[in-house]
Amino acid sequence: MTAVIGDGGRSVVGLAPLLDPAARTDVRVRTISARRRRSDRAVTLALWAAAGIAVVPLVSVVVVLVAKGGHLLDGRFLTGDIPLLTGRAPAACRSISEAFRAKYDLDCAPPVPGVGPAVVGTLLSTAIGALLAVPLGVLGAIYLNEIGGSGRIARVIRFSADVMTGVPSIVMGMFVYTAWVVRFGTAGRSAFAAGLALACLMLPVVVRTSEEMLCLVPDHLRHANQALGGRRWQGVVRVVIPAALPGLTTGAMLAVARAAGETAPVLFTIGVTLRTNVSPSGGNTTLAQQIYDGARSGDPLANQMAWGAAITLVLLVFLLTALARLVSSRFSTRLDG
Amino acid sequence: MNTSTVHAPIAPTAPTALTMRRGDPPVEAAIGGTRHAGTPEVVLDVRGLSVSYGDRVAVRGVDLRIARNQVTAVIGPSGCGKSTFLRSLNRMNDLVPACRVDGSVTFHGIDLYDPGVDPVEVRRRIGMVFQKPNPFPKSIYRNVAYGLKLAGIRDDLDGRVERALRQAGLWDEVAHRLGASALSLSGGQQQRLCIARALAVEPEVLLMDEPCSALDPIATAHIEELMSELARRLTIVIVTHNMQQAARASDRTAFFTTEVGADGLRTGVLVEVDATDHVFGNPADERTMHYVTGRFG
Repeated sequence: MTAVIGDGGRSVVGLAPLLDPAARTDVRVRTISARRRRSDRAVTLALWAAAGIAVVPLVSVVVVLVAKGGHLLDGRFLTGDIPLLTGRAPAACRSISEAFRAKYDLDCAPPVPGVGPAVVGTLLSTAIGALLAVPLGVLGAIYLNEIGGSGRIARVIRFSADVMTGVPSIVMGMFVYTAWVVRFGTAGRSAFAAGLALACLMLPVVVRTSEEMLCLVPDHLRHANQALGGRRWQGVVRVVIPAALPGLTTGAMLAVARAAGETAPVLFTIGVTLRTNVSPSGGNTTLAQQIYDGARSGDPLANQMAWGAAITLVLLVFLLTALARLVSSRFSTRLDG
Repeated sequence: MNTSTVHAPIAPTAPTALTMRRGDPPVEAAIGGTRHAGTPEVVLDVRGLSVSYGDRVAVRGVDLRIARNQVTAVIGPSGCGKSTFLRSLNRMNDLVPACRVDGSVTFHGIDLYDPGVDPVEVRRRIGMVFQKPNPFPKSIYRNVAYGLKLAGIRDDLDGRVERALRQAGLWDEVAHRLGASALSLSGGQQQRLCIARALAVEPEVLLMDEPCSALDPIATAHIEELMSELARRLTIVIVTHNMQQAARASDRTAFFTTEVGADGLRTGVLVEVDATDHVFGNPADERTMHYVTGRFG
């Protein structure tokens, strides 16, 4: 450090004047001007405000969800079947004669809301989508980062993946509808068909995030493998993938969490059910679809169902995201030595 | 052959050493060396080696013989192609796209750049330690066992790992925590772990690319001590920026420098190679003298 200090008529260089009590009185430390202090405070305040405003939508969504659907959340709601009768049904039912009701075993008790089948359907279709998209996506990313590099094929694939990421999700639904559902008719609508649509949606995201994660593995680890007489694939399997695993897992989990909340790809592809269907074939339903159907209905019970399904879905996505975070923090390894 | 290369006086019998074939008994080559004044055998015979990246020639016309059980230091200013030369000795340059190697590197009578040679096999027998310690993000044990597992060696893994760690002078420090992450070690320990990892597969030659440049003086002294220890059983080629290190730890020294060609491009060339005492005490070439005495340019 070299201090240049003006001292009356003479100039002195170095730290010596600071140690000399006589000179020290002449040292003027430049203070921060009032203007700079003001602008510092203003910008800090503005940034705080911006951060605060950014949180408003999230908080208000959660507040509304809890207010409107919070009371519905219980074991019965989460596991119970979806009611066929709507909220208006009991009144209409009671106008039917006692004998008729007895004959057809009609129960005029008010229908109980439940989204059990939708919870199962959401988990099932998302799992199918993940099983299809994650392995394929990770393998594709390995090709792009470890083999393709900046070659032509890799560039084309990377560009297509980027374009596919931007394709609206309803287009994926349309694609699977025409390619799968139309071919197999009504029987084609199933959790599997919805899983296909979700896989199309997840695939480019998984490819690109996984590629980023593999790219973060430093080259010196690949070189170390080769210097020890390892082949390139042995390096990928024994060094690169283990080192990138936390990142790969997080990327996949986030893609899955996003897909779990998708509505559009599921609308045309999943069909309908009121009872829990754990099979990948046959009609099914998801929470997102229940929200869509319930919100469009003018029926108060259906509206309630929509709110209940919405808070359930938010909770589910929250859990998946939290799990992704946990996995990445638990198994994260420092890559630089 | 580069006309500017000055070789140490080699006895008339030397050329026979350069034509050795696999299975031949070790041929006597009168290559000077201080530690093993006897009859060192040529392990790596480099002839007319040129390495280029695309259009740029990094090193041109290197002729060099590396003797068994000796430490050969490669010194020279930055950009003179020392590391490029070192990497061409175990075909690590293959990993660089657009890299071209001309000339030959003969190892046990086989040209390493022969189309029939498997570079992976070459690297198994000629190990490498890098400038920056690069342990895998795995446990200490698994780092050392890595090369063994690649080679399919399953028997006595524990014993081999221990021997490698002992040879690298790291055993006493890590014996009680072999399962700990290699990244929890200090920089010097990490570098010795990388040496242990390379030694575990029992290479004949160990190439070291500025292994101490990221280390403090104590860790450096540790590794230099280790090198002279290791040279008893294998051959070491070390690239270093530190001339004292070359003077202290090597038997022979090769001095590289850059030459500006007619096209204005800089190319690395080998100026002279001789016993370390000679290179530092009585260099044959003026450029070497300028470099080792601290006056270059």
